[in-house]
Amino acid sequence: MSWEIIKQSLPMFQQGFVLTLYLSLIGIVGSAIVGIICSLVQYFKVPVLDKVLQVYIEISRNTPLLIQLFFLYYAFPAMGIKLSAQLCGIIGLIFLGGSYMAAGFSGGFNGVSKKQVESGKAIGLSRWQLARYIVFPQGFALSIPALAANIIFLIKETSIFTVIAIPELTNTALDLIGLYYNSNEYLFVLVVAYAIILIPLSLVLTLLERRVRYGTFGN
Amino acid sequence: MVHSGINVLFQGTNFMRLLLGMWTTFKIAAIAIVIGLIIGIILGILRTFHNKLLRFILRIYLEFFRIVPTVVLLFLFYYILPRQMNLHMPGTQVAMLVFALWVAAEMSDIVRGALISVPIHQKESGLAIGLTRFQLYRYVLVPQAVSLELPATINLITRVIKTTSILMLISVMDVVNIGQQIVEANNQKYPTGVFWIYGLIFLLYFLIDYPLSWWAGRLEKKRLEQTNGE
Repeated sequence: MSWEIIKQSLPMFQQGFVLTLYLSLIGIVGSAIVGIICSLVQYFKVPVLDKVLQVYIEISRNTPLLIQLFFLYYAFPAMGIKLSAQLCGIIGLIFLGGSYMAAGFSGGFNGVSKKQVESGKAIGLSRWQLARYIVFPQGFALSIPALAANIIFLIKETSIFTVIAIPELTNTALDLIGLYYNSNEYLFVLVVAYAIILIPLSLVLTLLERRVRYGTFGN
Repeated sequence: MVHSGINVLFQGTNFMRLLLGMWTTFKIAAIAIVIGLIIGIILGILRTFHNKLLRFILRIYLEFFRIVPTVVLLFLFYYILPRQMNLHMPGTQVAMLVFALWVAAEMSDIVRGALISVPIHQKESGLAIGLTRFQLYRYVLVPQAVSLELPATINLITRVIKTTSILMLISVMDVVNIGQQIVEANNQKYPTGVFWIYGLIFLLYFLIDYPLSWWAGRLEKKRLEQTNGE
């Protein structure tokens, strides 16, 4: 292990680091929006739309991100739709993440006590008001641990972007290994870089789980 | 003359080759899952013991495999095993090793979670009637934990199968790798063939994973109904 090699590679890793964070952020926000919409539609059993979204969720959850990306990046151009690699990455991540987020939020919404919902109906709230003032605020709080777990999952999934040559962290490391063969050093930096992003998140996740448990059970 | 892309699947042995690639993928996943589950169950039981050092070491092991993306884990083992330990393994074996260790890590957490959520009176009743620690685990805790953990385990299995799609990165001849070769060989003749090849691979993964997730979902629903008494 040579520190000199590590030091020289840092500027490139820094770029990859920023790109990984940037793509993750867009992917996470997009997935969360898709997830909230899907789970509310399913919670209120909106006719037709809930069946359509169920099909999307099953397809998204049961196929690998890599194949989804290959489809977007290689197969779509054959059909006349050309997208940049980064756009493919973001679309793929949101397509995958949306269903995972939906499952997380559904768990939270279904955890809202029946009494709350029925009380809401009894005082004459409309469906929209029920969602806005009762189901969403309480359900969202319950689904925070699942949300945090999904965030970690999605950040890790960005490593697969390397297959369509997006220069994020993993791709940067693989490129450097291909050029200079110093696999020990570059892999070391790569693991450290992911640890810098994910260890704090993982700690926050543990704290959130405890807090929600405390909120629910009081111990 | 434009050829219809779907015909690329029926050219020569293309279709058989893709299925064979899927079989390789499936075999690696299956072996890794079996080994991983066995190790994971043992580690999960160990993690409920009171030995602080043992628990700490196993926790570090879990966190490492959880934090480092699987792609990176594959490369770590693929590059570092031969160099540092002079251990030369083909890609398929590296893949099985990495996936087995990863499954073991995740499984240990599932098993531990299930074991500690078996009601405490069950454990105390067992101790009260004079069961040894082995008997306690064998007859009281493990059977109850299994039904609690089954949906999570099935979901883990579907995740492993999906993740096998990255095997081509360490040049395993899996279904994705073979698909890419067929695409490259036929690109001139069938420009839209790429759509059908990746479409078929997409479908193959879906056909394996969907029944598993469906099963897990049904078990989960049943359990919720039982606990809520609805």
